Amino acid sequence: MKRYPLISLLVLILALGITGTVLAQDVRPTDDEVNAIAKQLYCPVCENTPLDVCPTEACREWREQIRAMLAEGKSEEEIKQFFVEYYGARVLSEPPRQGFNWVIYIVPPLVILAGAGILFMGLRKWVTPDDPGHDRGAKEAPGTADEENEYLARIEKELLGKD
Amino acid sequence: MIADFGYGILVVTFLLSLYSVGAAVLGALNKSTAIVESARRAMLLTWPLLTLSSLALIYLLVNNHYEVEFVYQVTSRSMPTYLKITALWGGQSGSLVFWSWLMSAFASLVTLRKWDRDREFLPWVIAVASLTMAFFLAMNVLFENPFARFWQTAAGVEAYTFKPANALPFAPQDGRGLNPLLRHIGMVIHPPMLYLGFVSFVIPYAFAIAALITGRTDDRWIRLTRRWTLWAWLFLALGLVLGGRWAYDVLGWGGYWGWDPVEVAAFIPWLIGTAFLHSVMIQEKRGMFKQWNMFLIVLTYCAVIYGTFVTRSGLLSSVHAFAQSAIGPMFAVYLSLISIGSVALIIWRWGDLSSDIELKSVFSRESLFLINNFLFLTLAFICYLGMNFPLVAEIITNQRVTVGPIWYERITAPLFAALMFLMGVAPLSAWGNSTLRTLGRAIWKPAVVSLGITTVLFFTYTRNAIALTGFFLVSFVILVSLYEYWRGARARQTSQGENFFVAFWKLTARNPRRYGGYFVHISMMLMAIGILGIELFQVETQGTVQVDQSINLGGYTVKYKDIAQFPGPDGRQVTRAVVSVYQGDQYISELHPRIDYYFESQQSMTIPGQRPTLKDDLYILLVAWEPVSTAGATFKIFVNPLINWLWIGSILFSAGILIAALIPDRSRAAVREKKSVQVAQTSAAD
Repeated sequence: MKRYPLISLLVLILALGITGTVLAQDVRPTDDEVNAIAKQLYCPVCENTPLDVCPTEACREWREQIRAMLAEGKSEEEIKQFFVEYYGARVLSEPPRQGFNWVIYIVPPLVILAGAGILFMGLRKWVTPDDPGHDRGAKEAPGTADEENEYLARIEKELLGKD
Repeated sequence: MIADFGYGILVVTFLLSLYSVGAAVLGALNKSTAIVESARRAMLLTWPLLTLSSLALIYLLVNNHYEVEFVYQVTSRSMPTYLKITALWGGQSGSLVFWSWLMSAFASLVTLRKWDRDREFLPWVIAVASLTMAFFLAMNVLFENPFARFWQTAAGVEAYTFKPANALPFAPQDGRGLNPLLRHIGMVIHPPMLYLGFVSFVIPYAFAIAALITGRTDDRWIRLTRRWTLWAWLFLALGLVLGGRWAYDVLGWGGYWGWDPVEVAAFIPWLIGTAFLHSVMIQEKRGMFKQWNMFLIVLTYCAVIYGTFVTRSGLLSSVHAFAQSAIGPMFAVYLSLISIGSVALIIWRWGDLSSDIELKSVFSRESLFLINNFLFLTLAFICYLGMNFPLVAEIITNQRVTVGPIWYERITAPLFAALMFLMGVAPLSAWGNSTLRTLGRAIWKPAVVSLGITTVLFFTYTRNAIALTGFFLVSFVILVSLYEYWRGARARQTSQGENFFVAFWKLTARNPRRYGGYFVHISMMLMAIGILGIELFQVETQGTVQVDQSINLGGYTVKYKDIAQFPGPDGRQVTRAVVSVYQGDQYISELHPRIDYYFESQQSMTIPGQRPTLKDDLYILLVAWEPVSTAGATFKIFVNPLINWLWIGSILFSAGILIAALIPDRSRAAVREKKSVQVAQTSAAD
């Protein structure tokens, strides 16, 4: 579950760069490594605040927890799992794909498909290709040979308020 | 004394607005102009009354009357006067008063207009506006009295409207003060803008209901409220943008939009309103989709009430907060009644609203507007689902979940891309009839140039497919819009013999809605550049450095120079770092990221040091939760590419709406005349 593949990669590259200069010989995981994971988690107490930016003392401790776990060699998935077990699924940035939560993943595509279907049916029903003998309501003249002239005529007509 | 006066006025205004609803309905049913006039005058009286009540509250706020609970909650002695005044909308009960005050101002403006040709609408517009106002006032009068005072009783100190038995007045020495995060110019202007947007949408809704009840279901109600809709849309958009800017400047997470439920709640009315703004044009031009437009405005109004409701009732933070809040259930009941009532009216008038739907082509302007409506409504639905899902999940599975940006972005991105494509195609299509061939001929030139631009970007800027698609669409829409301006101006140049600039200006003045609209499209695309930039190319790093050490990010070198701590205005302690910024070896500027700590609320606020350019924004935060000294301070640095185009776009965007809303639409006068002749002919034929 990569959240921002590109950004994670950049952060990783930068993290490596900074490890080399600023925190040389330090085995302590860097802030960037910690934030890369904290970013994907939500503060268990505040409303809708990602863990990497939450200023509360509790969140500061949780970030240190991530750092400690990283130092122990825990993987990203293991750390996330740890937080879910302790604080519930709300720490994840989106609902885990299980049980009732599937609703939020299945409904939007269904709605888009259904809407597109209705729209398609509607257009099929309503669109009656132009036929010179049945031209009530049409504002524009049917296509002439010279499109550019037709366009100019349309603009002029509209501008003169004859539309 | 002043508090009792203020509350008394609220009660009187509440009763007056109820009277106004009753009299308007009675007058309309009995066809009595005198009773309707009485309703109108009652409505006109609400504005001065609510002004008095708001002034009473402002007086209490400014003069430190902490015996009033609301004043205690949102102000403190150390706050500057302007913040004490604007604290009026810094808390729930005050902001409801402010809402009603704006509503009364707008409703009065509407009732003061000339009604000669539209007499029959008047009572119903008054009834709907007054009902909305009565509802909001009821909330103040019954549950959320901003004038409630503290009383010392045997049980302790509590706030009551009326003095309980054996109670003594209680006045704290100082207030709790406004949340420091809200002490920002963006937050001072943001709520009024949103409320203005919300309130302005009530007016088109009131006219729509009036049209339904009176059976005047032609497009008169749409024409009468076109400007209100534009203003509503502008204010809502400004509210959203200012909120974003506030988040960017104050919240210290390097972003402007987090798909927070409160943000989403304000975004939904804007999405539906945008669909409405486009689809009314189909009815005006072709007389079709009357039922649909009615449905859209009802939906917009419901979204406005729902938006106010969710941000005010605590519904979304948890089910329990909702159950405890007194106004939550009130909102739920009102919303249900309003939506059922409005839909019932639409069904009742279904026959009158039906029109022969006849589209000449899938590529005609009206067909494309239908697709636009589908996309906007789908977006609104997705937002609604995402916003409410945590609540539903908590009720059903008893487990709370978070629906974060990742979910919203994944599902909305393709829809936004489709909208951008549509924005590029629709201006080239004609009302009534367009074929794939005519459209293709108009499209190929801008499409080829955009493809060229995208190719250049591929070799010089990015290989990211999403970014390239986005930039292609952005340039396509901008080119099409400019092309339309150019073609229109050239047409006038040839036909009227004007020079290009005169032609250009007269073109816009002749059809401000269309050309203002294209201007809005272009501005939207500039905003899209900013959004693509920050979403796809933002980089960040965090590190602790000593004085004279530096951090590198995205070609910038940020060198920690100095730190100082000093007392600031407004009861805060400022911790301000000085950093030098270099690009390569070249010194560019000095920035001052800082942390403001507020003693009274024990809250700190991180203000970034920013260096904005058209290319990117260097955004440096002094991390508040780490210790700071010359021996070590922790900085979080973001490089936000292209973000400033978002703000530039939003300024231009307002200009586009002003063009569309302020310049009188001269081409419409002619259309209207023609329409009324047509209507007369049709009714004669019937």
